[in-house]
Order: sequence, then C-alpha cells, then structure tokens
Amino acid sequence: MFSKVHTVGIRGVEGYPILVEADVSDGLPGFTMVGYLASEVREAQDRVRTAIRNSGFKLAAKKVTINLSPADIRKEGTAFDLPIAVAVLAASGIIDPSALRSCIISGELGLDGEVKPVRGTLSITEAAKKDGKTRCFLPEENVEEGLITEGMAITGVNRLRQLVDYLNCPSSIRTAVRGNDFMTEEQNSYDMDFSEINGQLLLRRATEVAVAGMHNILYIGPAGAGKTMAAQRIPTIMPTLSLEENIEISKIYSICGLLPADRPLLSRRPFRSPHHTITPQALTGGGRIPRPGEISLASGGVLFLDELPEFQKRSIEVLRQPMEERKITISRIHGSYDYPANVMISAAMNPCSCGYYPDRSKCRCTQQQVKNYINRISKPLLDRMDISVEASPLTYEEMQGTGGESSSVIRQRVEKARIIQRDRLEGSGIYFNSSMKQTHIADFCKLGTAEKVFLKQVFSQMDISARGYNKILKVARTIADLEGSLTIEKEHLAEAVGYRNMETKYWGGSNG
Amino acid sequence: MDKQRETEYLNWLCHVPFFGAVTIRSLYEKVGSFEMIYNIEGRQLQKLYGVSEKAVTEFEKYKKTLDDTRREMEELDKRKIRFITPFDKEYPTRLLHLPDYPMGLYVKGKLPCEDQPAAAVIGARACTEYGRQTAMWISGELAKMGIQMISGLASGIDGACHRGALEAEGDTYGVLGCGINICYPKENYYLFEKMGEKGGILTEFNPREEPRPQNFPMRNRIISGLSDVILIIEAREKSGSLITASLGLEQGKEIFALPGRITDPLSIGCNRLIAEGAAVLTGPESVLEYLEIQSGKLLRVHKINNYGLAKKEKMVYSCLDLQPKGLEEIVRTSGLSVNQCMNILLELELKGLVVQTSCQYYGKKL
Repeated sequence: MFSKVHTVGIRGVEGYPILVEADVSDGLPGFTMVGYLASEVREAQDRVRTAIRNSGFKLAAKKVTINLSPADIRKEGTAFDLPIAVAVLAASGIIDPSALRSCIISGELGLDGEVKPVRGTLSITEAAKKDGKTRCFLPEENVEEGLITEGMAITGVNRLRQLVDYLNCPSSIRTAVRGNDFMTEEQNSYDMDFSEINGQLLLRRATEVAVAGMHNILYIGPAGAGKTMAAQRIPTIMPTLSLEENIEISKIYSICGLLPADRPLLSRRPFRSPHHTITPQALTGGGRIPRPGEISLASGGVLFLDELPEFQKRSIEVLRQPMEERKITISRIHGSYDYPANVMISAAMNPCSCGYYPDRSKCRCTQQQVKNYINRISKPLLDRMDISVEASPLTYEEMQGTGGESSSVIRQRVEKARIIQRDRLEGSGIYFNSSMKQTHIADFCKLGTAEKVFLKQVFSQMDISARGYNKILKVARTIADLEGSLTIEKEHLAEAVGYRNMETKYWGGSNG
Repeated sequence: MDKQRETEYLNWLCHVPFFGAVTIRSLYEKVGSFEMIYNIEGRQLQKLYGVSEKAVTEFEKYKKTLDDTRREMEELDKRKIRFITPFDKEYPTRLLHLPDYPMGLYVKGKLPCEDQPAAAVIGARACTEYGRQTAMWISGELAKMGIQMISGLASGIDGACHRGALEAEGDTYGVLGCGINICYPKENYYLFEKMGEKGGILTEFNPREEPRPQNFPMRNRIISGLSDVILIIEAREKSGSLITASLGLEQGKEIFALPGRITDPLSIGCNRLIAEGAAVLTGPESVLEYLEIQSGKLLRVHKINNYGLAKKEKMVYSCLDLQPKGLEEIVRTSGLSVNQCMNILLELELKGLVVQTSCQYYGKKL
C-alpha cells in the first residue's frame, strides 16, 4: 500500500513543503530511504522502526520504501522522523490516510515513541500556511511557537501513539488555543534605559541621530567612558517591534534553537556583541550545515563590535557586502542559503593602544604607534561608518548627577523621523537615509544657495573626500528629519560635519 | 698637501665605526695627515696611538671601502651635498668651541651665518597642542627678526619650530641624527625637502648611518653648539631636551624654558630648569631682549577681538583653551545643546579662531 504525508523542510530561514511518500509492498523485507538525504535523516529509519514497535504496533515483514520529494533538494534535520513514521503506519493500513491530506506533521522521535521538539517551528508553520494547509501536528514543546502563525490549527503531540489515535479519530483532535498575551506587554521593556547614562550629551545625541537614520556609528574613547553602555542601549530607542518584524527575527532564533521555551517570540530587539576573536564564519553564518551567524542573529537590532581594531581583518571584511545588501548569501555544495542581515552596526574603539590619545598628559604613544593602531581597522569599513563620536570620561559630578532623557522619550523622536523617511523613500525599496544611493541623495538632499556656499567653504577648508561629502549629506538629512524640517539647513550640515569620520589626515597629522 | 685628497681620506675616516670626532682629531694631531693615518697599519695604530682593538679591526676592514666612499662623495656632490671639514672657511666657528667638534659635516643647503644670532628651539616629540602652537609662534616671530632657528627635525616641537620659521620666511637649520639622505621621521618629509632648498640640513653622520638612538644625544651638542640661546618648550622629567640644555650650559649658552602648569607631565622638565636658574620664556621678546634686538613693536600672544562674534560664539569661545578639549566637555561647560555647540565650533573653525586637533577635540588657535 502507498501513502503520502506532508511536512516542511528548512532552507536558510524559510520553510518549503516536502512530501513523504511511503510504500509497503511484498518482496524481500527491508527498509529503504531515498530523496537526497543527509545522514541524520537517513538514520531516521532506525528511530522510526524502533519507535513504531515500542508504541505497540507491529509491522509486517515487507519491503518498505520511503521517498522524500522533491528529490533534488537536500533534506537535513531530525524533524522528518515523525512524518516518516506516520507514512509507514498509513501505508501499512494502521492509520487512516484521509486525515493526512490537509495537515503538516513535524517532530523528532525517541526510541520509545516519544516526540521531541524540533528547531525552526515558526518557519514550518509559516510555510504550511503558505502551502494552504490548515493543521499542524507539532511536538508539544513547540506548540507555543507554532501558535504565532495566524489561522493555523496547531495540535501538540507527546507520543507517536497519541498522534495515531488523533488521526484515526479526527473528532478527538484537540486544537491548542492561542493566549492573547503572546505579544506581551514586555514589548519595549528592556532591563536598561538611556536615563541610566549620566551626562554624555554628545554620545546621546550622536546615538539618537544614528538610530533615526540607521547610520552605522563608531564610538571612540578611553576605557570606561561609556561606549559599551551607550551601544547596549541602542535597541531601547529603536522603534517598537511590529509583529511581522518580530516573526522575521524570531524565525532566525528558532532555527538556531535560541528561543526560550516559554516565550515563542522575542520581545526585544536583538543586541549581539561578539567577542573580537570571532571567525568570519561565525559572523556571517556558515558551517557544513549552514547556520545563521551573528550578523543574522542581530538582524532587526544592533551588531556591536567592541574593540574594533582587535578584530581579525578577514572577519570585518566579510561584513561589507551584507551591510549594503541587508542580507547574506552563503553558498555551499548542497546549495545556497539566504539569511537576513538587516542590522545597524555600532563599533567601539580606543583612539590608541593606551586609550588616552589625544590627551598628551596621559598618552605617551608616539605618532607612529597611534597611526599603526588606527591602520588596523579596514578603511572600507571605516567608510561605512557614517557617524563617529568621541566618548570622554565622566567627571565625578556627572557620575553623581541624575540621568538624562529616558529611552521612551528618545524613541518617540526616532519613530517620527523614521516615518518621515519611509514616506519620502516610498517605492524606492529602501527605508532609511543611510541606504540612500547617489540618485536619492540628488533628489532628497537638495541644498539652498546659502547652504551650498557654506558647504563649499567647509569642503575646501577641511579637505573632505567625495565619499565624506555624501556621508555629510545623508547624516544632515537625518538630522533635519529629526527636527521635522523639510529642507536641510546650515545647522544640520554643521552638525553632520562634526560627526564625520576621521579621515587619515585627522589622526596625528596636525602634530607633524 | 693636496687638500682635495685629504678631504677624501677624512671622509673615509668618518665612515669607520668607533672613530669619533675626538679620536680622529687626536690622531691627526699626532700623525699630521689623514692620508698617512690611512696608510698606518692597524697594529701600529693600536701600539703607538692607543686606539682600541675593536676600532682597529674595523679600521682594517674598512680600508677596502676607500673607493666606495670616494664614489659616494661624487654622488653627494651631484646632489649638492657638501662635505665640510674644520679646515674649510665655511665651517661654523661656533662649533670650533666644542671640545669634540665634528671633524666633518655633511651639509645640504646653507649653513648658519656667523654674524647673525641663532636660537635653538627644542622639546618633546610627543608634545601637547599648547607646546606645538607656542613653538611655532615663537619661532616664527624670532625668525622674522632675522634670528636663525635651529632644531633637530624630529616630530613634535622640532618640527613645529622649523615650520614656524619657514612660514615666517626666516632661516632655519636642521641637525640630523642620521645620514643626510635619510628622512627621519618620515612625517617630516615636507620640511626635509623645503629646508634643503630654503634653509639648511646638516649632520656629522656619514650618509649610511641609520637613525640609531645613541646618535641623538650626539647631534644635540651640535644643536646647542650652533646656537646662542636655547629655548626649551616642553620636556618631561627625563627628556633628551634636558641633555641638550645641560650641554648648552657647559658651552655657556643662555637657556630659556617655557613655564607650564605644575601638573602637566610635559612641563615638569621645563619648570625644573627654571627652578635651577634657566631664564623664563614669556614670549619672543624675552629672547630678543637677551640678544639686544629691538623688535620695534611689542609682541603679544595676539588677542582675538571678540567684537565680530555673536553672543553664543563668545560663550563657546570662552570655554576653550590652548589645550584642546573634547566636544563633550565643551558642551558641558557652555551649557548649550550638542548641535548648537557643533554649529558654533564649525563657524569658529572656519573663521580661523579654533583648531580641531583631532576628531572632536577643539582648541584655541594662537
């Protein structure tokens, strides 16, 4: 006899439908599996056979053939155990095949017939919905996560036997109910707040501008000046997560198995701070069986590179392409995988190896040492940092002082500026000022006569490169948006000029 | 005696390791000719004249290179680099007062004039903005009055001295601690080129000599020897500049030290010099007075007229100091918002009143 069971495989972060076909026929008894299977899928046959026997079913000594179609896509993961078992039982006449047509089955099996949780549930249910299925049978632990997909009936299963009973008696199927509070009020409740940062007006302002336009930001300053502290609080002033965004982010975490069991969705924007010994593969994602890397895990939030000059040059270089394209493509023998990389990059560094330059009363680094230290950072990456800001150490008075504005106040301003940007850039495929290309800059960053004269003066007197010029315009546009100003005024330009990246001559050139 | 030949042999002798100015001179006084020194066998040199064994070994080894050094001299000649010995008229008489005056000087450009006063400006390589600007200003003012400015073409204060003098279109001379063809540090390449044309660069080291640390105290004696007064701008507690100062004292030169705050590590050396009796450098006129030069006008650190500035610009400007301050600090003390402050600072920078020394650090311009 022959049977079909629907399930979902995962490729990158997206799920795609897979049909498990089983055929039980006369012939030399045996168990054959085909369909371009990874070894963990191939091993499923032993788990499945044992689990079926231990669940109290008896398989006749016949030839069993399993095919996972489409047969030209590589199947990975352990979520195929349960659908294979069901397909075998259906083909053996133990399960009524009529119930299998409109549902998706996913889960790992233990030898005793227990159903174990799988990764990437969110992607599975989303793909099931797209495929027009109405019900998903998932491991009990994954039910919460599956419920996020609207309009999908989710049923949790603990044991293989239980699933068989459900399928043979559809009226007994219990559908899990979604609690209302899954988008919890925990939204935007971060355990830190900008009001905890005392003083540091410059740092605050620069961070606000950076977040408003999704500009990458570089903090420079001595140890203990609050660089990391400010960076950690960037997610708290980013716009509130929408449900769609949240699902997108949670999918990645689900695939990596990083979602907490009791909470199906991330309630916060991610903040990832990889150690500077990280390898390029860990940053971008990869491995023989590709997994999302730090840049994807930070998607929708902040990727913070602390001690930027200490990172391997190669690790940093690989960030360049995803920074532009906002996604990362990993190619392996078995195919290529797309992961999102929609991040704001913030980085922190000391100005020299002792950290005190240009305070010459403390710093004894020679010009050359300072230059060498700076030269460790890749120039192309530096070029992608729109805003750089100096963090100065706190005075005692400031440490004692009360904090400044809270994150929610800043967030309101940022959200306003983001809406202005979105409306302006509608239809162009980009959402933020920082992603503006040359044509957008020409269209949206028009200057008045007085501003042009001013910028010309700055340009000639300060030796700014063409790339620096565009950067100034983009940042000035964001500053104008924050103030709700339609045109870019002189003061917006002046502030943007102040944030511009140090160009080579700026470092130590003046002391020569 | 053929003078040309003698110079060639002296040039060769200057290349031999362990043969310093004093050894060469005492040998010359005993033997009478450099050519004859060359012809003496090494062992004899050791026995009769007490030259160390190490030096003799090198001496023998280097005998082969005589032709090389001759060719090298021709090369130098093509590039307008002269080799000047104490027997030449050109040789600065100021140096002859040194007990260990160099037996040969490689010179590119001019040499300091005998009848014009000369002043050395020296100080730390890793200097503060205050030191840099003061050095530039004082050197410029003195150079305008016809004083020849002498320094060591190093980074920091040395470079600032040369730059100030060049900008004032005065005469300035650099004394190197390495061969004349080697530009060290590289960041002074512009000065190195410019001074070859407009001023002068000199060194006692042969063209192949690398900038080794032990060379610098040696060249310091030439800096102090060439000058009538020595100005020390910034020096740490232990500093090469203090060596020059004590050398200068031995040579009977007047020492001026720029006073600084007692808390600044870079002023400790200077303040100590003052405590020990050095003259206080309060401005270019201290030096002019000592050299009895009438300046005609009173030199002051020029006061910026605040008339042209708006109220807020004044507020920000008054927060600034010669010592650069971080933007954060300026924002804090001025009480203005970040964007206002950045606006005003850029305005002031464009007006030339403020200088941004490094990323987001601003100081007053002298």
